[in-house]
Amino acid sequence: MVPVDESERLKLFEQTVLPHLDAAYNLARWLAGNDHDAQDVAQEASFRAFRFFGNFRGENARAWLLTIVRNTFYTWLRKNRPPQNTVEIDDETLAVEDVLANGQAVNPQFADADAVRRAIAELPLEFREIVILREMEGFSYKEIADLADVPIGTVMSRLARARKLLRKRLAAEFKPGDQR
Amino acid sequence: MNCQQAKPLIDPYADGELEAATILELEQHLQSCSACTLAWRNLHRLKKALKQDALYFTAPAELRQRIKAELPSPERAVTHRPAWNWNWLTTAMSGAFAVCLALLLVVTQTRPSSEKQLAQEIVSSHVRSLMGSHLMDVVSTDKHTVKPWFNGKLDFSPPVEDFAAEGFPLSGGRLDYVSGRSVAALVFQRHKHVINLFVWPAKEADSKAAPVRPSQGYHLIHWSEAGMTFWAVSDLNEKELMEFVQEFATGKTVNP
Repeated sequence: MVPVDESERLKLFEQTVLPHLDAAYNLARWLAGNDHDAQDVAQEASFRAFRFFGNFRGENARAWLLTIVRNTFYTWLRKNRPPQNTVEIDDETLAVEDVLANGQAVNPQFADADAVRRAIAELPLEFREIVILREMEGFSYKEIADLADVPIGTVMSRLARARKLLRKRLAAEFKPGDQR
Repeated sequence: MNCQQAKPLIDPYADGELEAATILELEQHLQSCSACTLAWRNLHRLKKALKQDALYFTAPAELRQRIKAELPSPERAVTHRPAWNWNWLTTAMSGAFAVCLALLLVVTQTRPSSEKQLAQEIVSSHVRSLMGSHLMDVVSTDKHTVKPWFNGKLDFSPPVEDFAAEGFPLSGGRLDYVSGRSVAALVFQRHKHVINLFVWPAKEADSKAAPVRPSQGYHLIHWSEAGMTFWAVSDLNEKELMEFVQEFATGKTVNP
């Protein structure tokens, strides 16, 4: 469906893909962790998207662009950051009493944006991206599975563990009596 | 269903990923189990906390400009061809036609699913409002109490009417969150049934009240008028829900 003519191609790209630049930058920003790198990744991904626009089949343009952002980011990561920076998350790390899931009322401070921001930023990458795609972009499990190229079961288990980590982190942030 | 079976379903339930039959079973369990209800509510709050606008990074203007500047400009792409070339004109026209066709495809393909998604969201909000203790933020049968209550909480003023005489008494209102924005939810009663009426400003053109495919046993009616979009949802039968909608629509025009 993508026209071959260069100017039509550009027009269509600007109409269907570029409106999702915010989503592209948001994902890149959460993955890369800072504005400078996020801009690099989002920009590179946008150019790649334009180059491969011929492969776009008119499905969900946002999902298509974010797939490219994600791939661009991981390529960038391999080039720019040493691999030892990735943290291995095993079940031991999670073997903490998940108090908030087990019936203790949540501190109302849950909505404090800074605390939540810190908590998300501390999530390991592979959990963080799923949280962004689910909660901020509203993608279904299936869409996330396609986007991140993992089975749906993995999406579900990563999401559940990410939430467990977030609850744990946010509960620690606001100990009882903490007036922040 | 017991807690052990319910626990792993709470996440997919909150994410709208459960099948209707399982939803019913889980909801039955939630009604009788305070621990699971609390776990669900905590998850709901966590999800809400993650969705807040403050956490979403919007693209800096300079990034947008840089990308636009680096993409090949349309002028550059066509200047090597003389403007009077008819060949070029036909190509351009068929290109434009292709764009229109493509856009039409995009529009027609995305619209039904987005309405379906919205309907699903409305039903979830309705169910949520009935499950916890959060059906109403302001409890009053007086429209002059309910309407001003929304002042300062929303960037619009929803129309509020009481239809006690017609058998649909107003019982209150609350703030809700639908389709990525804060909306007004007005609560009406019909005998033992609860009707939630969601209202928010929308850019869409006026449309007549029409039933939307029932979801999970709830009936939905959607219409738009005067720049507002309305969704009525209830377990009430469709005929009576439509009666309510008609009262609401006429009540408003007679007494704005």
